[in-house]
Amino acid sequence: MFTMPIRVRKPLQAAALLSLITVVPVLAVARDAKPAPTAQPSPTPLAEPTPILTDPGGATPVPQPAPVIAGGAARNFLNLSIDALLAGGGSTASDVGRLQTGGHDPSQRGFTVQNVETVLEGAVDPYFRGQANIILQITPEGETIIELEEAYATTSSLPKGLQIKAGQFFTEFGRLNPQHPHSWDFVDQPLVNGRIFGPDGLRSTGVRMSWLMPTSFYSEAYVALQNSQGETAPSFRGVPGETLFGNEIRVREVKSLTDMLIVPRYAASFDLSDTQTLLFGASGAFGPNGIGENARTRVLGADVFWKWKPTNAFKGFPFVKVQAEWMQRRVSTGADSNQAFHDWGSYAQVNYGYKAGHVLALRVDRVAGDTGVAHEAALTPRWRVSPTFTWFPTEFSKLRLQYNFDHGDAFARNEHSVWLQFEFLLGAHAAHKF
Amino acid sequence: MKRPIAFLVVCILSAAHPAQAALKVVSTTGEYGALAAEIGGNRVSVTTISKPTEDPHFVDARPSQIVALNRADVLIEGGAELEIGWLAPLLEGARNGKILSGAPGRIIASEGIQLLDIPLAADRSQGDTHVAGNPHFMLDPVNAKVVAEHIGRVFTNLDAAGASTYKANVDSFNARLDAKLKEWTEALKPYSGRQIVTYHPTWRYFGRRFSLKADTFLEPKPGIPPSPPHLAKVMQKMEAENIRILLVEPYQPRKTAEAVATKTKATLVDVAQFPGALPGTTTYIDLMDTVVKRVAQALAAK
Repeated sequence: MFTMPIRVRKPLQAAALLSLITVVPVLAVARDAKPAPTAQPSPTPLAEPTPILTDPGGATPVPQPAPVIAGGAARNFLNLSIDALLAGGGSTASDVGRLQTGGHDPSQRGFTVQNVETVLEGAVDPYFRGQANIILQITPEGETIIELEEAYATTSSLPKGLQIKAGQFFTEFGRLNPQHPHSWDFVDQPLVNGRIFGPDGLRSTGVRMSWLMPTSFYSEAYVALQNSQGETAPSFRGVPGETLFGNEIRVREVKSLTDMLIVPRYAASFDLSDTQTLLFGASGAFGPNGIGENARTRVLGADVFWKWKPTNAFKGFPFVKVQAEWMQRRVSTGADSNQAFHDWGSYAQVNYGYKAGHVLALRVDRVAGDTGVAHEAALTPRWRVSPTFTWFPTEFSKLRLQYNFDHGDAFARNEHSVWLQFEFLLGAHAAHKF
Repeated sequence: MKRPIAFLVVCILSAAHPAQAALKVVSTTGEYGALAAEIGGNRVSVTTISKPTEDPHFVDARPSQIVALNRADVLIEGGAELEIGWLAPLLEGARNGKILSGAPGRIIASEGIQLLDIPLAADRSQGDTHVAGNPHFMLDPVNAKVVAEHIGRVFTNLDAAGASTYKANVDSFNARLDAKLKEWTEALKPYSGRQIVTYHPTWRYFGRRFSLKADTFLEPKPGIPPSPPHLAKVMQKMEAENIRILLVEPYQPRKTAEAVATKTKATLVDVAQFPGALPGTTTYIDLMDTVVKRVAQALAAK
């Protein structure tokens, strides 16, 4: 492990320097068992110490079964949890849906059931680990909708640092796209994710191979091959009848491998010191789109994440996290090889967990695109500033207050929204990736 | 922005592969790493995921640890859910069959240990309870002997050429620990039956071993921050029952502990669970020695 001698003495300044803002909720973890009531034998006196597991035969070591408690082992074949994410609030915009680009964002004045997520996961057998995320939502019309967000298996131990994932899954593009809404640092998703990947994020059915490279630092390369159609791939073959940059999406068949969605990604990470970690990545998404016979879409992205946490952190606090992503999309019409639409966007966010359970955060969002397609109001330049305050009573619940300032060239005036979000988690203990 | 870039370059250039050892060992927390180093000697290289001074319940699953786990021959974890919030994603990323659960290289230290505080029901209204029991069992030195044997056995299984080294080191560790245990028991004997207050139920096993009552906590329930009414009750109890010693660990909110100590005229004692968290404690025995001395000293003064 490399330990660099540099420390951030003023984390906030450093954060500002990196000019960003946010991420991942509190690392979850359990606390100790309550001392009483217990189903425990009385304390062992020193005179008769707890039996020590030696092999009575002497020389040969014998694997020992646990005589009392096998720690660490789950008692079920399946870990089950339910996470509910609810929001309430208001906006100066009467049509809140016009401001929000995410399918799990607060969608109306009043209350929104953003995301009620059932997670089932566990080891399938010695070779695979499986997971399914089933989402329930209630639409503004009062309809309950169900969504199979993810259902996939990953290999447990392929040689040479390889891993295969297969099934329905969030595409590993950038940092936010593969994360579920309850682990976001804000009430809603960044504007750029909504514009480029649609309201539900880029996800589809397919396979993904990743390679943990044999470097001394963390370095991983991914490539995914997924279906390129449907409402969770709107920049690609999408849904026939809908539009992309003002052009109607038509039915387009898969004729070769290049008609699939192909997504490479590379990520690397360094521990800059005992207290700082940097993670960055570059992604690309390539595939056909439905607005022309040979029309193709290319999305490029870059992401960076930096976290500071002191060596005597309590419950994971204090910390400063900075995260930024940039994406650019090129959509060719196929008719004329020179004709293509472009748009891009980015967000930067900083989260400051100043004391156990308390986080202040700020996100700045910006999206823009070619001016030639101004008739497509959804693609005109806009920006958003979102300060938030989050309180985590424990790692199983949170309360988040967020204000959004929205400015858009297509809006008649600036819009202001305030949302209060509540989350609770029941069941298996959640663990979070870095 | 120049400095961070220079950093990166230095990181890439200087990050050498660990020296060749027969076994590459990763431990979740420091006490297992210290034991592994002592038992393995120069036949093993040891990496510890958490820092000795940080809250072991909340550790970041940093990507560098995925790399360490990917190359590990042995993983030592406490089990008992202490690592539940961060180990699983690391293992998923590590894709290393040698250390998956049930594999010969996976050591769950709580195996074979009688755990305390097993809740009657899995109920989070009682705080952040561990269904398997209290995971801070290594603070009873007798449990450390069980774990040392366990580690020695696994090392021998995986690296037969080192069998005699491992056996000698386990024997030596046990002999030194037995001698120390006598010393520690003597040191704390005069205070048998005395009560100690701790922030979190970390010192239950320690208390049981040395006949100290360690069942008063500043936390009203495990993992739940102290509330003023609860603290008032604790202080009342400390006054009424003449409890004059309060243990605090490096990551726990010191201000709260200090306030309680000042109001009750109790001695605040800095202790830790992991070698390296207190000055001059590289080994498990060093750590326990320092803790016992500090506790005995505080009890003697009152």
